Amino acid sequence: MSEVPTPPARRNVEVPEGLWIRCVQCGAMIYRRILEEELHVCPECDYHYRINARARIAQLNDPGTFEEFLPDLESSDPLEFKDRISYRERLAQVKAQTGETEAIVVGKGFIKGRPLIMGVMNPEFIMGSMGAVVGEKVAAAAERAINESLPLLMVTCSGGARMMEGMVSLVQMAKTSAAIAKLDESGGLYIVVMTDPTTAGVAASFAFLADVTLAEPGALIGFAGPRVIANTIKATLPEGFQRAEFMLEHGFVDRIVHRRDLRSEIARIIDYCNK
Amino acid sequence: MSNPSSGGNGSAGGMTHVLEFEKSIAKMEQEIRRLEALQAAESGKDYSEVIAGIREQLQKALKDSYANLTAWEKVLVARHPKRPLLRDYIRLIAKDFCELHGDRLYGDDKAIVCGFARLGGHRVMLVGHQKGRDTREKIEANFGCAHPEGYRKALQKMQLAAKFNVPIVCLVDTPGAYPGVEAEERGIARAIAVNLMEMSRLGTPIVAAVIGEGGSGGALGIAVADQVAVMEHAYYSVISPEGCAAILWKSGEYASRAAESLRLTPSHLKKLGLIDEVIPEPLGGAHRDPEGAAHALEAWISKSLRDLRRLKPETLLRRRYERLRQLGAFFTSTAAPGVEPKAPSRSRPRRAKATTPLATE
Ligand SMILES: [Zn+2]
Repeated sequence: MSEVPTPPARRNVEVPEGLWIRCVQCGAMIYRRILEEELHVCPECDYHYRINARARIAQLNDPGTFEEFLPDLESSDPLEFKDRISYRERLAQVKAQTGETEAIVVGKGFIKGRPLIMGVMNPEFIMGSMGAVVGEKVAAAAERAINESLPLLMVTCSGGARMMEGMVSLVQMAKTSAAIAKLDESGGLYIVVMTDPTTAGVAASFAFLADVTLAEPGALIGFAGPRVIANTIKATLPEGFQRAEFMLEHGFVDRIVHRRDLRSEIARIIDYCNK
Repeated sequence: MSNPSSGGNGSAGGMTHVLEFEKSIAKMEQEIRRLEALQAAESGKDYSEVIAGIREQLQKALKDSYANLTAWEKVLVARHPKRPLLRDYIRLIAKDFCELHGDRLYGDDKAIVCGFARLGGHRVMLVGHQKGRDTREKIEANFGCAHPEGYRKALQKMQLAAKFNVPIVCLVDTPGAYPGVEAEERGIARAIAVNLMEMSRLGTPIVAAVIGEGGSGGALGIAVADQVAVMEHAYYSVISPEGCAAILWKSGEYASRAAESLRLTPSHLKKLGLIDEVIPEPLGGAHRDPEGAAHALEAWISKSLRDLRRLKPETLLRRRYERLRQLGAFFTSTAAPGVEPKAPSRSRPRRAKATTPLATE
C-alpha cells in the first residue's frame, strides 16, 4: 500500500446512496436499479465502478454455486501496529463496516458450468491490501486448484501490501508467487482479471504471474503510485498512464474485457486451455 | 517506494556526515585525531595517555549509543553516506570478481550488479544492488533504485548459476524499485513478480543479506532465499518510514514514529521469524570499520552456503517452499462467514516460524 491510487473522483465505495446516481465520469443521472443490472457499469459512458467481493462473486458465478473456503482466517496483528489508531481498532471498524473478515474471498465456483477455484479481492477492506491472511488464502487457493485439477481465477483489486503488518505483509509477495509457481509446474491454468486498482505488492506478485491476463477497462495497473512517480520525475504524467489500455499497449495485458463479457471470456479461455 | 532523491542521504551534519546521535562521538574522534597530529608534529610531546583516555571514553560512548539505537537511528545508519556499499564488499571479500552485464532484453541496469566471484571459500554468483558512492555513480545507478531490466538481468544471471549448480549470493541495498514512467512502461511489477516466482524454484542454494536498505518489493525482488540475514545496522521494510508516515500520519514528520511501528530492525525481524540471522557489525557500525563488517558478512555467507550445499536438490527446494509457505501471522476465528467475529484473542496460534533449522535436514 505504498500509495492508495485514488483519482479525485474515485473512492472505495463509489456508488452513493439514493435512488438516482450521478455518474462520476460522465455526469449522467442513472437509476440505481439500472446501474445494478448493468453490473455497476455506467450505461452511458462504460465507466466501471469498483465493486466489493460479494457483488463480484455473484456477477461471475452461476447462481448459488459459489462455496467459500477459509472464511474465518483473521490477522493476528503481528506487529501490534499503531499509527493514529491501532491496527486492531482499524480491523474491527472495517469488519463492522463491510461484514467481511479480510480483503479477499476465496472459494470454489462455476462459470457457465465450468468449475474453478477463485479469489476475489475487496476494495472496501483496507483498500484490498495484502497482509498475512490474503497471502495465506491466495496460496491455499493455488494449492486447492492443484489438488482438484481446476483452473485458478484471481480477480485482483488492491493498493498493495498492508503496511500495518510490516514485513509480514511484504513476504506474502514471495509466498503467493511461490504457490503460483507450484500451480504452474502442475500444469494448471491461472487466469487473472485485473480490476481498478491493481498496484504495488499485489501487482508485483501473484497478479502479474498469470497464464492469461485480462483487465477491466480503465483499471489502474502498475507498481508505484502515480503521485510518487509524479514527485520523482517532477512532471505531470502522460494521459492514461498506468491504465489498463496503457498496459495493453505496452504488452503486459492480454485482453481488456468489459465487465458484462467476463463470464463468457473466462469460459472461452478455460475451454481453449482444457487438456 | 521512497523517493530516491530523498532516500539516499541521512546525514544531519552536511559534509562531515555526522548523525545527530553521534555528535559527541564525532567530537571525541576529532579530538583524538587532533592530538595525534599534534604529537606527530612536535616531537618530545607525549599525548598518548590523554589519547588513551579519550579512546576509552569513545569506546564506551559507541557501545552505549549503538547498543540502543532507535529504529529511526538504525535507518539513518543504514543510509550513512560512508556505509560500505556492494562494490566495497566486492573489493574486500570477493576474489576474482567476473562481472556479467545486461538482461538480454533491453539494457544493463547499473543499479544491480551481477557476476561470478569466489567468496568465503565458494564459487558463487553474486547479485546485489549498487547505490553509487560519488554523484556520478549515484546518478548512473539511480541511487540503487533498479528498473525492470535490473531485475531481469539478475534473473538471467541467477538462471545461469542454477544451470551450473553455482550457489547464489544476493546483497540487498536499495530504497526501493525505481518509481518512474519508463519503469512502469517496461513492466516493473511483472519483472519483480517473475523474480519472486522463479527464485522460489531455482535449483541451487540462495542466500540473501540486507547490507544497508531493504526497501520493499525492490529489495525482495532479489531476496527470495534459503537463508536470509540482515546486518546489525541495516533495515528491511515494506515501505520507507517517510512513505508510511505520509500515508498513515499524513505527514512525513512522523517518520521516526513510523519506523518504530513498522518493526523494521533486524532484531524485530528475527523475533517475528522473518529472517534467520542478524550479522553483527563492528562497534559503531560498518562505516567505522568496513573490513570488520565485510568479514562478518563473509563468515555468514561461507557458513550458510556450506550448510545448504549439503542438502540434496529436492530437499533444498522442498525446504525453500515450506519456509515461504508458512510465512504468516493469523488465526482462525469461530465466526461464520459474513458475521462480525469475536475480538481476536491475544494468542497467536499460527504465528509462523520461518526458520526451519538446517540441522534437521
Ligand atoms: Zn457515465
